[in-house]
Amino acid sequence: MVNQTQQDIPAIEMKHIVKKFGDFAANDDINLDVKAGEIHALLGENGAGKSTLMNILSGLLQPTSGEIFLRGQKITIKDPATAAKLGIGMVHQHFMLVDAFTVAENIILGAETTKGMSLDLKAAKQRIQELVDKYKLAVDPEALTADISVGQQQRVEILKTLYRQADVLIFDEPTAVLTPQEIQELIAIMKNLAAEGKAIILITHKLEEIRQAADRVTVIRAGKSYETFDAKNVSAVTLAEKMVGRKVSFTTEKKPAQVGKNILDIEHLTVQNAEGVTKVNDLSLDIHAGEIIGVAGIDGNGQTELVQAITGLTHIQSGKVTLDGKDITNKSPRKIIQSGTAHIPEDRLRHGLEVNMSLAYNMVIQNYYESPYAKMGVLQWKAIADHARKLVNQFDVKITSIEEPAGALSGGNQQKAVLARELSRKSKIVIAAQPTRGLDVGAIEYIHKQLVSQRDLGKAVLLVSFELDEILDLADKIAVISSGKIIGTVDAKETSKEELGLMMTGMSLQKARQELSATKAEAKQ
Amino acid sequence: MTQTNNKALIAVLSVVFGLVAGAIIMLIFGYNPFSGYGSLIATAFGTPQNIGEIFSQMTPLILTGLSFLVAQQAGFFNIGMSGQLYAAWVGSVWFALAFPQLPDFLIIIGATLFGVILGGISGLIPGYLRAKFGASEVIITIMLNYVILYLGNSAITSFPKAIRQTTDSTNQVGDHGSIAIKWLSDLTNQSSISAGIFIAVIVTILVWFIMKKTTFGFSIEAVGKNADAAKYAGINEKATQIWAMTLSGALAGLGGVTEGLGHYGNVFVQNSTPETGFNGMAVALLGSGSFIGVILAAALFSALTVGGSGMPNISGVPTELVSIVIALIIFFVGSSYLIQLLIKKIKAADAASAGSGKGPKGKKPKKTDQTEEAQA
Repeated sequence: MVNQTQQDIPAIEMKHIVKKFGDFAANDDINLDVKAGEIHALLGENGAGKSTLMNILSGLLQPTSGEIFLRGQKITIKDPATAAKLGIGMVHQHFMLVDAFTVAENIILGAETTKGMSLDLKAAKQRIQELVDKYKLAVDPEALTADISVGQQQRVEILKTLYRQADVLIFDEPTAVLTPQEIQELIAIMKNLAAEGKAIILITHKLEEIRQAADRVTVIRAGKSYETFDAKNVSAVTLAEKMVGRKVSFTTEKKPAQVGKNILDIEHLTVQNAEGVTKVNDLSLDIHAGEIIGVAGIDGNGQTELVQAITGLTHIQSGKVTLDGKDITNKSPRKIIQSGTAHIPEDRLRHGLEVNMSLAYNMVIQNYYESPYAKMGVLQWKAIADHARKLVNQFDVKITSIEEPAGALSGGNQQKAVLARELSRKSKIVIAAQPTRGLDVGAIEYIHKQLVSQRDLGKAVLLVSFELDEILDLADKIAVISSGKIIGTVDAKETSKEELGLMMTGMSLQKARQELSATKAEAKQ
Repeated sequence: MTQTNNKALIAVLSVVFGLVAGAIIMLIFGYNPFSGYGSLIATAFGTPQNIGEIFSQMTPLILTGLSFLVAQQAGFFNIGMSGQLYAAWVGSVWFALAFPQLPDFLIIIGATLFGVILGGISGLIPGYLRAKFGASEVIITIMLNYVILYLGNSAITSFPKAIRQTTDSTNQVGDHGSIAIKWLSDLTNQSSISAGIFIAVIVTILVWFIMKKTTFGFSIEAVGKNADAAKYAGINEKATQIWAMTLSGALAGLGGVTEGLGHYGNVFVQNSTPETGFNGMAVALLGSGSFIGVILAAALFSALTVGGSGMPNISGVPTELVSIVIALIIFFVGSSYLIQLLIKKIKAADAASAGSGKGPKGKKPKKTDQTEEAQA
């Protein structure tokens, strides 16, 4: 057990950390101390400097100035290997696992115990089993990594750091890929780890998780650390305000939906991916003018393919998609755009923007060939620039010049740019796929308001999101997708996160409701 | 804007480094680099005829450089310019010789068009195969070079005897099909200069306009930079790729036409597809993606080649050294990362010394910023 004096010395302390990239200070005098046995959340908007700070701690970046202390001792972390040796481990947001390896093989990769020339897998497995038991990380070391769930893969990542005897664990946006149930399990694991004396740093912009998991919070804003305070008894609203530095609203205000005629009609849609795996399976859904339909589901259940099939980016095997009475099945993307779709794509860097082309060009990427942007095949720069300037002002996109490449914008501003382009075009339906992924509260608030106003303009809105909060907040109706099928459609006012969470695993609405009432009854007893 | 400045700087530095490295090699082999380069310059610019030759030889280099640039913009690595050029060369000479009854201007226009179309088709094939089946254009174009080489050679040997000079070369296209300009030839002491150089410059401007100012150029750029985003935006990325490769092939083909109707005035059996096609890549690389850069790089390589031919007689340095220098320049352009590192270090050292000093010295970095802006 740690004694009193040891407990007072922080497990990790970062003092006056400054990291400059050219003239820009990503970290500008940040102070952070994390005690052994606590979960310490780092709260900050995108681009506030959280990742830079953690990259410094894990040895990927060197600070321009400032000091780092490990249990009171000054240290220099010159590379990731040093960080690992010092007991600092990172649980990455995107798992770094080899699918074809077993769990145990993945864990020991790079830190293999050898017996002579050969791997000593047996000893390794024994140590892994001990760790699994000690920290209650239910995962089978013998299982093939490709076969286990995302939540379990994350546990493998945690085990990797523990296997390397990490005392300081950094969790980078760990819940982004998890279902609500898995999130609860992860929080329990983190609490276990902390109880065993590990220092946990949690990076997230989900405020509810901070309230549930963290002991203390340090706010980082524009590269500077602000106050550190107790995470208990703090409301999510207060957290958000501290993060953004102003008042924010979480629930988007909206009037009751004025549902109009059927705009998008999807009938028995079946889509296979490039490998011939059926990703959308006999799916039917219709969306009316003036309503927001939220498609809720776990990542990889056919959401991407559904959106790509509607927008003409992937081939439809069978079924029919009708937009306002016009058959758009397997039509070219341009035809579909012309018939009135606006599409905020899931991956703004791959689909949404030409990051190496100017913002101005990006703003006309779908209609650059039409008047007034082009005349007789010749681009009219003045019209293009005027249009871009108008959108930049109207949607408050922060950029120094419209001739700058779109890739120079921050994530939030890139998304605003995509939004500006899509919402300014004439359309009957707005298809928004993960429209707020990776964005901070301020930007999310803005995008939500815009989507609701599109609905109020009488457009149909299809919202695909992994964030249940977002769907519950925005959607009028929620369609739950699982294995490429719509499991059920519910009224957003008559459902709960738990119910949706169960349906996302493939349970029917009826069964989910039975299950929930059964657990409630159990809890009462 | 600073980026383009940097690119130009890299190109210039690459040339300097290439020449310096060439000098070192001359020293190692016991030649005097000053007399070596001196004889190169003296030869290149010494006689009107050689100056004419420089213009003549840079003509196809400009066109193949443009060809590479256009393909590159669409995301293609066109190694087939050599074959595309040869196809057009053979085709244009055949056309010019096969229809002697036509009026001169029709012969020239017809021969040019026929050559450009053959070049375009040679580019279209790899473009189509890549767009439709995802086949690597690198392998296809390399293989097509051989196909075109042997087809072209066998075409030449099977041309009717009347238009052949020997078994493996054709007659001169002569007055009817030549694009030579009499007063220019006279001015340059009967060098091989022709209207080709003017065609190349006009086409450069035209291609610049197409690529930078038209919707077609816009779609090529969009597809080349991010085909997924282009497809999302409704651009037919496959058709755009095919058209871009056709244009690229046509440009290389035009280079072949100027060889046939201008520089050589005939066509003859080749041992390998013409080097000019490959050198176009070097031109485009050194030109660092800019249109003026292509013209300047073509002029440089052409001057080096013409000048190099005089080195053995005057200073005893073998002509091969010029190939080494050109190769080294390309090496330095290719390893631009090293040069960029160098530029960065120099700038950092500059900034550091400016930061440590007070007063007037402190203004130094600001000054460089301003000059950069002014250049932009």
